[in-house]
Formats: sequence, C-alpha cells, structure tokens
Amino acid sequence: MIESTGLTKRLGGRSVVSDVTFRCAPGTVTGFLGPNGAGKTTTMRMLCGLSDPDAGHAEILGASYRSLPNPGRRVGILLDAAAQHGGRRGQEALTISALTMGADPARVPELLDRVGLERRAARQRVKQYSLGMRQRLGIANALIGDPEVLILDEPANGLDPEGMRWMRGLLRDFAERGGTVLLSSHLLHEVEAVADQLLIIGNGKIVAAGTRDELLADAGTLVRAADDDTALLAALDVAGLGARAHPDGGFMVDAEPEEVGRAAQAGGVALGRLGPSESAGLEQLFFDLTSGAPDALDEPRSPDLQESLR
Amino acid sequence: MSTATARFDDPLSPRTAHRARDQRPSLARLTRVELRKMHDTRAGFWLLLSGLLLTVAVVVIVALTGHASDHTLSNLLNNSVQALNVLLPVVGILLVTSEWSQRTALLTFTLVPQRGRVLAAKVSASVVLAVVAFVAALALSAAGTALNPSGLEGTWSVSAGVLAQTAVFTVISMLIGVALGSAILVSAPAIVASFVLPLAFSAVTHLIGGLDGVANWLDQGESLTALTDHALSANEWARVGTTLLLWLVLPLAIGAWRVLRGEIR
Repeated sequence: MIESTGLTKRLGGRSVVSDVTFRCAPGTVTGFLGPNGAGKTTTMRMLCGLSDPDAGHAEILGASYRSLPNPGRRVGILLDAAAQHGGRRGQEALTISALTMGADPARVPELLDRVGLERRAARQRVKQYSLGMRQRLGIANALIGDPEVLILDEPANGLDPEGMRWMRGLLRDFAERGGTVLLSSHLLHEVEAVADQLLIIGNGKIVAAGTRDELLADAGTLVRAADDDTALLAALDVAGLGARAHPDGGFMVDAEPEEVGRAAQAGGVALGRLGPSESAGLEQLFFDLTSGAPDALDEPRSPDLQESLR
Repeated sequence: MSTATARFDDPLSPRTAHRARDQRPSLARLTRVELRKMHDTRAGFWLLLSGLLLTVAVVVIVALTGHASDHTLSNLLNNSVQALNVLLPVVGILLVTSEWSQRTALLTFTLVPQRGRVLAAKVSASVVLAVVAFVAALALSAAGTALNPSGLEGTWSVSAGVLAQTAVFTVISMLIGVALGSAILVSAPAIVASFVLPLAFSAVTHLIGGLDGVANWLDQGESLTALTDHALSANEWARVGTTLLLWLVLPLAIGAWRVLRGEIR
C-alpha cells in the first residue's frame, strides 16, 4: 500500500512536483508515466524519505517511510541503477544490502540467478556492467528483503525487449502474490501491458489517473477514408464532429465510432478503417496531457506511435 | 544473457512474520556492514593492504638500520603508528565520501533512513579498524624488536600508559579522517585537506610569533603527537581536548548537519 497525499516539492522557486495525490493498492501494478523531468523521480524520492516534501505527506504500509524500523524488509526500492560502487562485485553489492537489513545473504546467488545475472557476471565488478545488467542487479537489490511493496524508477531503462518481457512477468507475479508495485517510465508501451492503473504526470502535476480502459473511454475514434481524406474531413465537419489529422493518415475524432460511421455515410465517403483509437489513443492522450500542446500530433512522428498503429 | 524464470516459488512472507522483519538493524550490525565496506571494493582493499605493507616496511627499515639505541619496541611502535597516521585518515575519509562519489548513499539511506545511525556506525567501525591497526602495529613492532634487539636496557620497556595513549592517538587520527570526509563529502578535496590543513595551520601559527600559544593548544603536530611520546599531564590532556574540538568535533558536527539535512542524490 502506497499513499501519497498532496506531495509538493519546490526547487529554486519553481514547483517541480505539485499536489501529487494517489494510492496504490496491494495486488496491483501502478504505472507512473510522464516525460523526462515531469517529476516522477522527485515524487519517488519523497516517497522513500530521501527528499523532504515542502507540503503533503506520503505513507507506505501505513507509515511514513522513514518511520519504518527496517524498511528494506518491507519495501524494495530501485531509484537509480547507476548508484552502485563501481569497484564492488555484483554479488558483494547484494550481500551488503542483505547484511544491512538482516536478510539471509545465502539468498544472493539464487536471487542473481532469478534476475538473469550469470555466475561470471556476479563476480565481476559493477564498473564492467552494462546498463541492462545494472538494472537487473538493481531489481535483485530491491527484491532481496522479500518486500511487500516495490518502488522502481525507470526499471526497464537499458533492458532489451526480452528483458522487458521478463520484468513484466516478474512484476505481474509479484502483484498477484499480493504485492504493491509502483513503477515509472517515460515510455507508455513499457508499462501499458503490465499496469492495472496508470498515473500520468506532466509538469509536476497528475494530469490523468485510472485504468487503461478508463483513460481510453474518452480517447476518441480513429477513422481513415478508403481513398478521399478531404471528403471525409468535409463529412465530419458537416456532422459537427471535431477531427484532427493523425500523422499516419486518417483522423482522430472525439466521438463514438457509430457516430463517425453515420457521418461518413451521410457524406458518401467509403471508409478504410473505423474503430476506437486503442493504443494510438492512449499514446495520443499521453502526448496531449503531458506536453500541454493539443497540436502535438504535428510534431515528428514517434516510432512507437507508428508501431502501435500497425 | 540467459533469461531467468519470472516465477517466484515462495509466496510473499506471511504478514504475521512482521515482528522479526521489523527489527531495526542494530548498531553492531551496521558497524559490521561498514567494516565490510572498507575492504570489499577494489580501492578499499588495496588501501588497507598498502597500509599493512607500509607499516611492515617502516618496521623493517627502522629495525635494521640506524643506531642500536633506536632498536627498541617503543621507537618501532612510534614509527609504525606514524605510518598508520598517514593512511588511516584516508580510509576514514573514503568510508564517508565514497557513499557520495559512488552514489551508494542512495542505497544506504533507503535501507537505513535514520541517517545519524549510519554515521554512528561509520564512526564505530573506524574505532574498531583503528584498534585492530594499532594491535597489528604493536605486533609488527615486537617482531621487529625481536629481529634486531638493541641489547640495551629498556629495549622492551613500554609503559602501559603510553601504550594506551598510542592506541588513542591511532583512533583519533582515523576519526579525524571520518570527520573531515563527512564535512567535505568529496573524496579528493577531503584527502588533500587532511594533509594540507594541519600543515598550513602549523606553518601559520609558527610563522606569526604571537600565535605560538595557539599552536600549543590547537596544532595536531604539537598536542596530539605528545600522546605517543610520554604520559601526558593534565594540562597536556586539556590541549588534546582543545585540539580535538577544532579538528574532530567541529568537522564532525558540520558533517552530521550536512548528512542529516541534505538531499541524497
């Protein structure tokens, strides 16, 4: 259980996080989404007592993090995979954590195995690790106390697609066993598949929160003409439906697919595609909410967007 | 890289088992961890090993060269402790600063949010290491004395009082490093400061005639070195105290304030 109430942090007169309120329930995975610099890390640092909020407070498992007597055994944290001593061996780094929190250091080899760090890698100095290996070490470090809550900042950073799928499975499984997971990312597709709940943060404020379906409910319809986009746009205009050009062709319309279909029929336009915007809509919503610019569509196409439309 | 199975076999620990898990890590446990951190990195390992080798070298050189009157246990111990006095402060500095330069402070302080306890553990681990180093220096000095005894009377005589004072001196020199490291929090400047500041202080107070009195009360070279030399009078102990206020208590207080209040990045 994680509860954040009105967390606010000001740095140099500017609010980097303002009034962030949310709740993560046991048995669920919460995706904390936002572009770089939106305030994800600052929020997580306040959750973990590394940074004092200027207003608001956070509770983990019913207490402020700093008042947990032995937080390592209750909450697993990965804030920055680079924060490891380069001259320490991977297995030694985990042993230090285990000894500090009173967990059994004999679990270390088993845990390294679970996160996919081979024996040889475990004996290497962390300096020689790739970013992906550091992330795996960081995840092992978060798991070593056998916690009930996981707080992971950009854990998929540097993982290959296979590693990402592995991590999704791990988090899903952790939640199914009753754990609470909060993970951040600046890439929607990294968390979309695993998160039960999405929190979208932009410019330090929570701009949207809910399940994927809830967020998509008003994400609109994607429609594409079979051959004449101009006629389709005219038909939508006649029906009084606002439409925005989508970079991959076609239009995003803030209406139900049925309404859009009728408008097209009335205008005599043959359609090539008609349906809820799905992933494209969520991506769009993410851009709109976090950039604050409704014309984000005109910006250069994101490869993720193209991929999700195929 | 192989893909590990995502499936964890064991369910999350039963919630009833919290009492054992919620035990705050004891200071003894944290001290053991800090001692381990001193030697489990490449830099730490070589630093400690070179400290040992330097002490061995000093003992061998002093025992085999120079006048027979120098080949006494007290002289060998004095020399080897001076050698420790060069390296132990660096070990103390790195014990604190490496948490910042290597950013492990992020891990350390999420596991132990009561930052004062971490600092206390670093101080107590330093005391332990300094005592171990002193005992090693004493053993090496005894071996050196046995190797080439002076044959003069008093070769083996060391008063228990001076022995204890020498141990205190070793501990102090290490703790000054910890204090300076926590006040500065960056490895290189802290190491430079630990060598330069005492020298500069000594130079200034000796150059300016009127400051002679100050030197007696605040100069490490004057007041602390006496610890290894002879049994101190009450007045000399007071001088040790004032010197420690400047070189140990003040930087440690600044360090504690920075560590406890600062943002951990």
